[in-house]
Amino acid sequence: MQQPGRAAEIKAIGIGKSFGSFRALDDLTLDIGRGEFLTLLGPSGSGKTTFLMILAGFIQPTDGRLYSDGVDITERPAEQRAAGMVFQGYALFPHMSVEANIAFPLKVRKKSSAEIKRRVGEMIERVGLKGHEKKLPSQLSGGQQQRVALARALVFEPGVLLLDEPFSALDKGLRGQMQAEMKRLHQETGTTFVFVTHDQSEALALSSRVAIFNHGKLLQVGAPDEVYDRPDNRFVAEFLGEINMLPLKGVRPADNGSTGVCEDRAISMRCKAEKVRGDAILAIRPEYMSIAPEAAVGENGIAATAVASTYLGAATRLDLTTRQGAKVTVSVPNEVAASALSKGNSVWLTWPAEKGFLLPDGGQ
Amino acid sequence: MRAYLSDRMGAALLMAPLLLFLVLAYAWPFLGVVKWSFTLPTPGLGQYNALLTDQLVQSVFIRTLRIAAIVTIVSVAAAYAITVVWVRGTPVQRVVAEFCILVPFWISVLTRAFGWVALLSNRGLINTWLQAVGFISEPLALVRNEFGVIVGMTHFLIPFAVFPLASSMRSLDDRVLLAARGLGSSRMRTFWSVFVPMTRSGIIGSALIVFVFSLGFFVTPAILGGGRSVMIAELIYLRIFQSPDWGLGAAISVVLVLFVGALMALLFRYVRPKQLV
Repeated sequence: MQQPGRAAEIKAIGIGKSFGSFRALDDLTLDIGRGEFLTLLGPSGSGKTTFLMILAGFIQPTDGRLYSDGVDITERPAEQRAAGMVFQGYALFPHMSVEANIAFPLKVRKKSSAEIKRRVGEMIERVGLKGHEKKLPSQLSGGQQQRVALARALVFEPGVLLLDEPFSALDKGLRGQMQAEMKRLHQETGTTFVFVTHDQSEALALSSRVAIFNHGKLLQVGAPDEVYDRPDNRFVAEFLGEINMLPLKGVRPADNGSTGVCEDRAISMRCKAEKVRGDAILAIRPEYMSIAPEAAVGENGIAATAVASTYLGAATRLDLTTRQGAKVTVSVPNEVAASALSKGNSVWLTWPAEKGFLLPDGGQ
Repeated sequence: MRAYLSDRMGAALLMAPLLLFLVLAYAWPFLGVVKWSFTLPTPGLGQYNALLTDQLVQSVFIRTLRIAAIVTIVSVAAAYAITVVWVRGTPVQRVVAEFCILVPFWISVLTRAFGWVALLSNRGLINTWLQAVGFISEPLALVRNEFGVIVGMTHFLIPFAVFPLASSMRSLDDRVLLAARGLGSSRMRTFWSVFVPMTRSGIIGSALIVFVFSLGFFVTPAILGGGRSVMIAELIYLRIFQSPDWGLGAAISVVLVLFVGALMALLFRYVRPKQLV
């Protein structure tokens, strides 16, 4: 139904928004590629929703310019932007049937009734709402309302679809189902999707790129594995998942990466020590660390004592304390955890050089 | 469950004094009126029979319904505009609108009726001005007719029409309006095809309140109608106090109360009572 070429390409340059003295969004520059699935991720009040509303045209930025396919749309009112939007809580028209809700954007565009009928029918089929055409939104389940909202936002083939935390009201099972559905709709329509969420696992699972916001600033943009494995700063590292942080001294560049000293052991990393020199923080995700009776020569490893374990089913979460008192969490196979706790509790933590990354010491 | 029951008990106890007052002050005397309608001057259905045949009574009924209908349409339309400004306007607009809605409540219905006479009569402000400017040579008949009654009643009832409308506009989810605009709908179109339909229950509630109030209006039609545009309440008054025909007056009252009761039942079927406050 949608020519991939019709998906919009958006360029935001130096976008800022102030509400009185409150800076909701500051100097945001971001390119959103044609047909991309971009997630805006951040805690509440981080500016991600403000940016989405600026994209939709509901909020005017205080600074900066916004371009769609090279055309400046900064001042263009919402109704002329042709961006599909799915709201938190769906914002369906309560007095209209499912059919009439989906037909609304086409009626507004004065399409012929034959075309409206055909396209609404196609859309209803596509989102699996057949048999519910005449129902009112209040007669539908949360998941079905969600589908109506998606259908209504996509039926007029917008260049970009904006989604504001669309799954926040759904239970976990339904959420997974709707996420898969949305991925499918993204592939089928080829439209550019911009998706706001505060759930990092949702962001990583769905998007082609993730943009992480905090305190009105865009901190990092990148593919999910890029931002997860190589975060630029502490906030991004912590927001995307659990992370172990160890103080590192004497950081300097080395052959294919960098080296430093952690708890009197030489540690090597694949990442370059560009922004960081001297003291830094070594960050490693729990799932990349393993437990060993001892660390081989040349292998990254520090000694630690197992303190507690939490059985999680598929794996066990083990809490340890290093000799110098740093707290570390590791996710290990269940039998490893049992033996680690029984063996006088003293073990070695090891990890591959490419899984450790450097963060600036202190602050963000 | 226990909490629920005791809540219900508490609510019932709080309402009891009001209920008792209503029974003593309204229900009991009304039963007396019902009794009159069947017994005066002679026992039987004679008065109700007369209602069906009496040309005067019928024409008054029809006039009352007509005036009430016109007043309802005009009041609700005007109140809708004021309420939109009151609920959704800029802070300054809101204050002005609130002032316009509340001030009429401080002025008695009698004062307002005479105020309108002063404005609308042959030698009133409007006619004098229009003649002075030269728009008209003869004074317009603005009062002592249905027009005057409708103006006075509409003016009185607009504030009452505002509250159910305001409540339905306040409970409306703003995101739905944003959604409509985001989907390409102009402000005008969003207003007519989303905003107005979503306030339907407020419109129904507001219209029924105004209509029911209009049916029982006495002071305004008596003064601004000048005896030429008699409505039901005035007719009942005349039957009871001027031509001592208590039986017929009582029968008209009973019919009016039943009619209003039916309308109220309709009101509560379509609108949740909470929305009227």
